[in-house]
Amino acid sequence: MNRQKRSRHHRLKRAVAPYLYLSPSLVIIGLLMLLPMVTVIGYSFQNSAVLRRDPSFAGLKHYQAIFADPVFWASLWHTLYFTCMSVVFHMTIGMIFALMLNSDRINPTLRNILRVLYILPWLFTAVIIAVIWRLLLEPNGVVNSILMQLGLIGSKIEWFSSPETALHAVTFANIWAGYPLFMVSLLAGLQGIPKDFYEAADIDGAKAYQKLIFITIPQLMPIIISISLLDFIWTMQVFPLIWITTGGGPIYSTEVLSTYTYKLAFSSYNLSQAAASAVIILLISLGLTLFYIRYQKAR
Amino acid sequence: MRKRNTTKDRVITVALHVALVGGLFFAAFPIYWMLSSSFKSNTEIFALPPTILPKAFTLEAYAAILGDPIKLRFFFNSYFVAFTVTVLTVLIALLAAYGFSRFNFRGKGSLNTLIISTQTIPPITLLIPFFGLVVSYRIFDTYIALILTYLVFTLPYAILLMTGYLNTLPRDLDEAVAVDGGTSWTALWRVIVPISLPGIVATSVYTFLLCWNEFLFALTLTKSTSMRTVPIGIQLLMGQHAFEWNQMMAMSVLGSLPLLLIYLIAQRFFLAGMTAGSVK
Repeated sequence: MNRQKRSRHHRLKRAVAPYLYLSPSLVIIGLLMLLPMVTVIGYSFQNSAVLRRDPSFAGLKHYQAIFADPVFWASLWHTLYFTCMSVVFHMTIGMIFALMLNSDRINPTLRNILRVLYILPWLFTAVIIAVIWRLLLEPNGVVNSILMQLGLIGSKIEWFSSPETALHAVTFANIWAGYPLFMVSLLAGLQGIPKDFYEAADIDGAKAYQKLIFITIPQLMPIIISISLLDFIWTMQVFPLIWITTGGGPIYSTEVLSTYTYKLAFSSYNLSQAAASAVIILLISLGLTLFYIRYQKAR
Repeated sequence: MRKRNTTKDRVITVALHVALVGGLFFAAFPIYWMLSSSFKSNTEIFALPPTILPKAFTLEAYAAILGDPIKLRFFFNSYFVAFTVTVLTVLIALLAAYGFSRFNFRGKGSLNTLIISTQTIPPITLLIPFFGLVVSYRIFDTYIALILTYLVFTLPYAILLMTGYLNTLPRDLDEAVAVDGGTSWTALWRVIVPISLPGIVATSVYTFLLCWNEFLFALTLTKSTSMRTVPIGIQLLMGQHAFEWNQMMAMSVLGSLPLLLIYLIAQRFFLAGMTAGSVK
């Protein structure tokens, strides 16, 4: 009798325990993530949110204002260009570096040294990356002076301050900063491909490029897809790199959704409209996230 | 095995090594330039033709940064916030991960999906309500504002990382404790924590890094110079001193040191954290 009671008590404890272990995390995520998400949606339907005690209902006014704003559409386009170019080149460079490092033609010590050095850009904070590239791409900086010595350009280019080059320049800096995630993941993936696949192909007389197309790339596909999705979601949210290099300028030529939203909120103090813009960014991210989760579950 | 002595083969090997050097230049030159500029005078940085090695090696930029109490305060703030958040995150995440890894309960699947999806919530979306909350609770421009907001972003990653690690540990270990009449709480501290140290280190490293790099919240939720962190300090340096590039580079080098050191000392843990979100 006593033993039975104790075991029921024990079972009850076992049932409640996981919720107790999870409760601190759930309280924090609930109060500081889910609640703010509801709040920001609320703000987007109010007039002078945050600034006034009793804001009036605004309906869809702020969303209409955003969709009517050409700067918003320009920001959306820049975000798309910046993100797509970044992901494509992160993947390409990451793949090339991973394949080179994985080759059995280089000596293992050299491989280890190069692997550490190739990862370097990853170890730097966005702000520091921005400052480094501002120094490199200064009109009087080292990049211009090398390009002029090589005769590739005739006069000094103001990479970050002319509207024609600024978006390409920030995209380039971001490509440089982000390829190591792909490189490291693909390198791990390459080491996981069974050697017999290649041996069988060798017996059939396959050429190197055929092995790449028919064995290596298909085997790496799950990694390529999931990292591309994550990279896309994260790159879309980039703020500091652009904020420090160009601040969205010159003349909005590098304005992206995050800088556009930030300026609405903290330069114009139009927090309601900024909230509407933030909700739009949230919806885009959530759409991509659902896609990502579904893909992960399907695997 | 492949033959290694044909001319074609040798050409490929040489071409590969040329490409490797090209890759090295692409990856490392910007960083080398930061480092070498930090040891130059401000005029030498823009010398024509550019000097690859500092011609007049000087520590004046470092002396200027380390001799300025305001800049030291930026470093203190960054370390203080990052350490506090790391300790809190790892503790809270460890409990959650233990719950996820060792128990079956109703709602487990949806909670797990919730935590995975919170990883991708755009910081800019939360910034506006955070600003509203921080102002109305009168914690604007305080450590508490930074610590609480950072915690929200570090926690999902830390939970996923820790759960992944705990799942690799055999269950019979903690079940042995249960047989001896111990509770799951005792099993956690007596058995799980001691053997989870590698996972705890990897999680701490990654959490620290997320905090150290954070820019947007630090920019918006603090205001006074004494509350600013290193990334904001670097930005302020750009505005203040009509471009003292050597000082900016010295501060960038000092601001990168923690991550570089962690990477060199604990590469394995570092990579475990960095790729955790992706290779699952």
